[in-house]
Amino acid sequence: MKPSAFHPLARLVHWLMAILILAMLFIGVSMVGDLSPRHPWLVELHKATGLALLALVVLRIILRLVLPHPPLPADLPPLQRFAAGASHLALYGLMLAMPLLGWAMLSAGGYPRPLQLPAIMPHDLQLYAVLRQAHGWAGYLLFVTILAHLGAALFHALVRRDGVLRSMWPGPLRRSD
Amino acid sequence: MNTPLQGPAKALRLAAIGATVVALGAGFAYAAGWIGTPALTPQRIIDTFEAQAGHHPGYRKNHAKGLCVSGYFESSGQAQALSSARVFSQARVPVIGRFAIGGANPYSPDAGVPTRSLAIQLSTDDGQVWRTGMNNPPVLAVSTAQGFYDLVLASGPSPSTGKPDPAKLQAFFAAHPESAAFRQWAASAKPSDSFANTDYNSINAFRLIDASGKAQAVRWRMVAQTPFAALPAQVEDNLYLQHDLQQRLSQAPLRWTLRLTLAEPGDAIDDPASQWPDSRRSIDAGTLVIDHVDAPEQGACRDLNFDPLILPSGIEASADPILAARSAAYSESFNRRSRESLGAGARP
Repeated sequence: MKPSAFHPLARLVHWLMAILILAMLFIGVSMVGDLSPRHPWLVELHKATGLALLALVVLRIILRLVLPHPPLPADLPPLQRFAAGASHLALYGLMLAMPLLGWAMLSAGGYPRPLQLPAIMPHDLQLYAVLRQAHGWAGYLLFVTILAHLGAALFHALVRRDGVLRSMWPGPLRRSD
Repeated sequence: MNTPLQGPAKALRLAAIGATVVALGAGFAYAAGWIGTPALTPQRIIDTFEAQAGHHPGYRKNHAKGLCVSGYFESSGQAQALSSARVFSQARVPVIGRFAIGGANPYSPDAGVPTRSLAIQLSTDDGQVWRTGMNNPPVLAVSTAQGFYDLVLASGPSPSTGKPDPAKLQAFFAAHPESAAFRQWAASAKPSDSFANTDYNSINAFRLIDASGKAQAVRWRMVAQTPFAALPAQVEDNLYLQHDLQQRLSQAPLRWTLRLTLAEPGDAIDDPASQWPDSRRSIDAGTLVIDHVDAPEQGACRDLNFDPLILPSGIEASADPILAARSAAYSESFNRRSRESLGAGARP
């Protein structure tokens, strides 16, 4: 029997990561154009939060694989069903890729890593160039995917009114659900 | 479960969803500086360097012309009480460094540029690194990033002559009284004939943190142990300083004393234009020995960003705004030259 809502732990991790990832995207995109005294502080915050998000996404993938989760509404058109599957795969892939690209680009750039983490790439300027740009573009792609995810969640809640958003809602569920 | 909406109610809600998504996207674009007029950015500073000195793919965007060196640092142990950083207790710390002249043009004649720099990375056996970029002036002419940018604009080549316009520079200095200590240095300093007999200053202040967590604000200087000799009035060789360095290092290692100057209450910690009184106590933390120079545009220093905020535990940044701006601009320079290194024809 499939549950009608996500496990409370899955919902907790979802919303915690939602806040952290949105904050990270805004910090990341603003810190590179900032030379005020905020700059070094934002960079440190970005690295530390990135590391926390790497741990969280690993936990998240495990939770997704071991906990039962609610099915999509049975009447969902095939195109929307495909979009839901593809966008979630993209979200998981990008959530995992972003911190790994960050770690890899620091390694390739010859930069120290937080907590003196080992280098996962050789020190190589051209490799750094590729990874640094990939980190940026993957960030934009993640942001766009999140916008689509947000739009779809609101579409389910406000237009289709099919209980999909409620299945991930952070508060307690109503009895009628 | 409720039934799906239709008609005007559906259209209204779709519009609300669209507006929400667009609003979040617009917030992101604003944070990125894509809309509105952002304040001074690292990108604009680097763009200005390139506008003035030309686009030189692959090179550092400032202090573009330099040489990689290596050697080691021998700690005297005398700074151990002030900082828990391993560099002040380890007997011998490997060093990678770079001597350079100021400016964004990698083809400037060595003898024609008053600014010289030494950047080093010290890698201690606790796995930490310390990078510091030092210049020959003891202070900067400005206290803020905006002041620095305005100085770059004021000292840029004039469109008519191709040379800096003295009137513009004069006007800048008149409008920036904080430049007094720098101007005094510039008027009295005599250029030496070598990187080896030049002193290099941290300019910005940092905080040494001892084992109990107590902080002491300091600036540091690499004091040359090679005796001063004046730069000849007429120098033909565009690579004069590089050839001199290669020649000296083919004979013997070169040495500098790392001298820490300790701030006292009331000293301007966060102002790189402010000179501290000469009477401040100093500590000789050890000796920098440079014993190897690499071929031009080669060596371990080339692919390093000497970001002055890459610090080991036991050394922290001051709140000097120039320090944050240097870190941001160095990063932009490093990113650009790394991208350029992917293209054909980029050197080094």
